[in-house]
Amino acid sequence: MPGNRPLPEKTMLIACGALANETLAVIERNGWDFMDVTCLPASYHNYPDKIPEAMRTKIRAAREDGYGNVVALFADCGTGGALDVVLREEGVDRIPGAHCYEFYSGSHVFDQIAEEEIGTFYLTDFLARHFDRLIIEGLGIDRHPQLLDMYFQHYKRLVYLAQVDDPELDAAAEAAAKKLNVEYKRVFTGLGPYQQFIAQYASDEPSNP
Amino acid sequence: MSDEEDIVLSELDDEELVQQMHDDLYDGLADEVVEGTNILLERGWEPYRVLTEALVEGMRIVGIDFRDGILFVPEVLMSANSMKAGMGILKPLLAETGAPKVGKMVIGTVKGDIHDIGKNLVSMMMEGAGFEVVDIGINNPVENYLEAIEEHTPDILGMSALLTTTMPYMKVVIDTMTEKGIRNDYVVLVGGAPLNEAFADNVGADAYCRDAAVAVETAKTFMAKRQGSAAAG
Repeated sequence: MPGNRPLPEKTMLIACGALANETLAVIERNGWDFMDVTCLPASYHNYPDKIPEAMRTKIRAAREDGYGNVVALFADCGTGGALDVVLREEGVDRIPGAHCYEFYSGSHVFDQIAEEEIGTFYLTDFLARHFDRLIIEGLGIDRHPQLLDMYFQHYKRLVYLAQVDDPELDAAAEAAAKKLNVEYKRVFTGLGPYQQFIAQYASDEPSNP
Repeated sequence: MSDEEDIVLSELDDEELVQQMHDDLYDGLADEVVEGTNILLERGWEPYRVLTEALVEGMRIVGIDFRDGILFVPEVLMSANSMKAGMGILKPLLAETGAPKVGKMVIGTVKGDIHDIGKNLVSMMMEGAGFEVVDIGINNPVENYLEAIEEHTPDILGMSALLTTTMPYMKVVIDTMTEKGIRNDYVVLVGGAPLNEAFADNVGADAYCRDAAVAVETAKTFMAKRQGSAAAG
């Protein structure tokens, strides 16, 4: 540690389960030992009304466990601002963005992709890995194949926002596009914008996300 | 709710058949709902009676179990598909027989949003409740809403959004209506997963409808008020 600067505060990152691997990778890569991660189930993406109060419970548990700093690594994720209300009440920062796709790619890139084709379905590494369980089974398409068209009739393409280079995930994402019968595009995002946000809490300087 | 043994619909009496159609709607069995609809029509039922007692009532039960967390979206969509199949038979007949018209609604998903499952459910349930519905589809800029309400002169404007990023556009539409002095000519109902009552208040809508059944009840309530006002005027 340079000079006599104090160690950063013990920090709990409350993430969506869909971000768990990536968050751990960022922490490990940077040696931020004072950070821990706890997650809400990724399946809450399909039930966003569960997210705000589940987040409140996690925040209070983290504080009881002695974490001086608590950060939400969660998009609004369809809560319509209800998550932010809880976070304001609890005094917790959140990574900006409406969707996790947005903070992986950065808002500027995400806006460009969305503007190119409004009917874009997004996958991240996590979603590519678990596409069948979360999308095909989660939306009941495995049981009722005729629902596929109801859900996806207005989608024209699938964009895979890749956090790592992994041919297996590329293949899974491309296979997902085929299942949805839409065009496929891969955009490598890495973890840059995501890491930049977390890095703000890795300093003893006051953070201002 | 389905039984193991095969049931021959044509052998059921009217009451049993309607009950079975409720079960078939619940189980998302479109072919059986179509068959039951045809049988009731052959037995001389008025199309409007088939619609209300067999289909709408069946979907009402589905709606209750959805709200109570017993049914989930895929099952509700299968039920909706079944009701749609039954309504496909009834709609032309209803037009011929002059079923009662409760009111007229223009409905569409807002600009930037391509999601229409909720909107389609609302459209179908509103039609089932006797409303004439003009569905202007997805990704609608304010101009589309204005053109549609000018052309169709509805009682109600419905707007839908699934995304946190697109729902604020409802305010753009309502503000534009206010600027043009036409806001109070229409009841504005809004809905979509990320919305809530506070949001509806903030954007200046008349009501937030959390699901299709609530949309129907809310629309009926506003129509009764409008008719009351018109009578008083």
